[in-house]
Amino acid sequence: MQKNILIIGATSAIAKATLRMYAEQNHNLFLVARNEALLHTIAEDAKIRGAHQVEYQACDLADLHSHPSLLETITATYPKLDIVLIAHGTLPNQQACQASVETTLQEININALSTISLLTLLANQFEKQQDGTIAVITSVAGDRGRQSNYVYGAAKGMVSTFLQGLRNRLNDSNVQVLDIKPGFVDTPMTADFKKGALWAQPEQIAKSILKAIDNQRNTLYTPWFWWGIMLIIRTIPECIFKKLKL
Amino acid sequence: MKLSGWGRYPIIQTENAYPNQPGLVSSLVSVATDQPKTTTQIARGLGRSYGDSSLAEKSINLSKLDHFIEFDEQSGQLTCSAGVSFAEILRFFVPKGWFLPVTPGTQFVTVGGAIASDVHGKNHHIDGAFCEHVNALELCLASGEVVECSKIHHPHLFRATCGGMGLTGIILQATFTLKRIETAFIQETTYKTANLAETLAKFEEHDAATYSVAWIDCLATGANLGRSLLMLGEHASEEEVKSHPSATETLQAGKTSKLNMPFDLPAFTLNSFSVKAFNALYYGKARQAQSQRLVHYAPFFYPLDSIQNWNRMYGKNGFAQYQFVIPKSAGLVGLTEILTEIANSKRGSFLAVLKVFGQGNDNYLSFPEEGYTLALDFKMDSTLFEFLNKLDAIVLHYGGKLYLTKDARMSEQMFKQSYPQWQEFQKIRHQYGAHQAFNSLQSTRLGL
Repeated sequence: MQKNILIIGATSAIAKATLRMYAEQNHNLFLVARNEALLHTIAEDAKIRGAHQVEYQACDLADLHSHPSLLETITATYPKLDIVLIAHGTLPNQQACQASVETTLQEININALSTISLLTLLANQFEKQQDGTIAVITSVAGDRGRQSNYVYGAAKGMVSTFLQGLRNRLNDSNVQVLDIKPGFVDTPMTADFKKGALWAQPEQIAKSILKAIDNQRNTLYTPWFWWGIMLIIRTIPECIFKKLKL
Repeated sequence: MKLSGWGRYPIIQTENAYPNQPGLVSSLVSVATDQPKTTTQIARGLGRSYGDSSLAEKSINLSKLDHFIEFDEQSGQLTCSAGVSFAEILRFFVPKGWFLPVTPGTQFVTVGGAIASDVHGKNHHIDGAFCEHVNALELCLASGEVVECSKIHHPHLFRATCGGMGLTGIILQATFTLKRIETAFIQETTYKTANLAETLAKFEEHDAATYSVAWIDCLATGANLGRSLLMLGEHASEEEVKSHPSATETLQAGKTSKLNMPFDLPAFTLNSFSVKAFNALYYGKARQAQSQRLVHYAPFFYPLDSIQNWNRMYGKNGFAQYQFVIPKSAGLVGLTEILTEIANSKRGSFLAVLKVFGQGNDNYLSFPEEGYTLALDFKMDSTLFEFLNKLDAIVLHYGGKLYLTKDARMSEQMFKQSYPQWQEFQKIRHQYGAHQAFNSLQSTRLGL
């Protein structure tokens, strides 16, 4: 059966890999991202790959006021959404954030507030329709604050906690709320990083997302070994953790 | 970041950019040309060229520019971004009954890279090189301007870009035609030959076969010199596959292999004894003079893709691949001289691959031309280059040349003598300002 799938942040590498897999399953897609030209290219690519219907809308998600009208446009196309994947975000420069309150707040805005704004609107719609999946890409960085990127981590952590609450609230409404926590992924966002054995490809992450949605999971650490790594990271006592160079 | 070609020699420090849309490529390139030329830059895809042709101080990696743009289900004409890999094309289009018109021995190459190398396959004698199937391409020039090139639009730039090793600009997208297949399987026939003369005669005898390639035991000497397994292939029909018990789905794409070479093999594991043993075993694998089997396209075309990172087999110092072509007229004599030189040196290669090329095309730096081509891998050591220089002299003597995509060390003199159209090529680069904007370690070495 064709599903109506909304992908927010569709030009990000993980989202792109995920929507391609849904396209090959002939579903209907609605794509949202900031860059219109790239969005157009990705939409055309999805059509060739077999998506039944592809619509898109360019939108600067940092502008929270634009969200209600964005969702109106989407529901005008697809009155019922089966799956929404929120994947947009940036990887802030921690040093720049430390030097500027403005930069810090901007990063919190795009990585946490914009997602929470969208989730608030979407949750009400999903609660009404009494089924569907809300999936959000956060990060293993949200599990514990570390000096190397705690602004990013704090934003992702806020979204994860928000999702916990939402999952609790929507449990009776038959709505799946999935928190996706990827580890290191080889994407344009991390192009400058030296890649080691822990790095994964976006296609690998996408595959695990589809599976987690199918299996009605609550939280997905991906690739799977990050579950163990984060378990260790979370259990280190703070008096030791604060001395580590992480 | 440290970067090397597939042969893992040389290794250099680079700065990398990963544009995921054409506009970003234009801005990257035009910014670079505004500044006085202090650093070199070149496009890169999946890094499967062996030597230094995709190495420069600045590397513009196009593997994230990977979209299908248009596909005509009637004619099989596909337009896609330069960073789309052959593997992705096969994964998606084989189940729909389409195949690449020409493919090299690995599917992990990008469309842009395949054009820049004008790659050839086992069907060169019938279908020519890959660029002969390219109807048009979009090229980002040094100025950042994007132009469409084809046999009609900017024909000289097209001929320079096809096989031009990325030295004319950055290929953004291409349009080429896929070919129809009924199944994902190949009807393979293997002939076991006793020596070089018999190998060449068998090639001749089967010149109508769609795919042909010979694996040579390059350490065999004397009467056995040039003994080979010659493999022929035809796309299998639905009928042939249906009657076969192991083939359940007729149009299934290949699966990604889970086999990996996770670390460098210690240098001592590769020596004349182990290579000789491997070669003897491989040759012995075919028990009869002629055998036939139905095989999926993946192991037929891409035997080495089944081991990820197989290049680590040659140890941490890497290896050099040496592929040359000599004209048909030099034939048996030329190949005998080169194979004797290799066998005497005891520098065996695990895989020595011999192929007959059909007529070449008129692209300025394209490698294939009518004759015999042999490709060999040699483990890197301190005396290797001296030995390869010796082979160069023989190749040049017979009017042959080396494949730029596999080269990491040939001299400027060797290149300029064996690629007579290099001056026309250079003229076009000057005309489009590419000589200042796009350079690789290789192009600098070759005096381009």
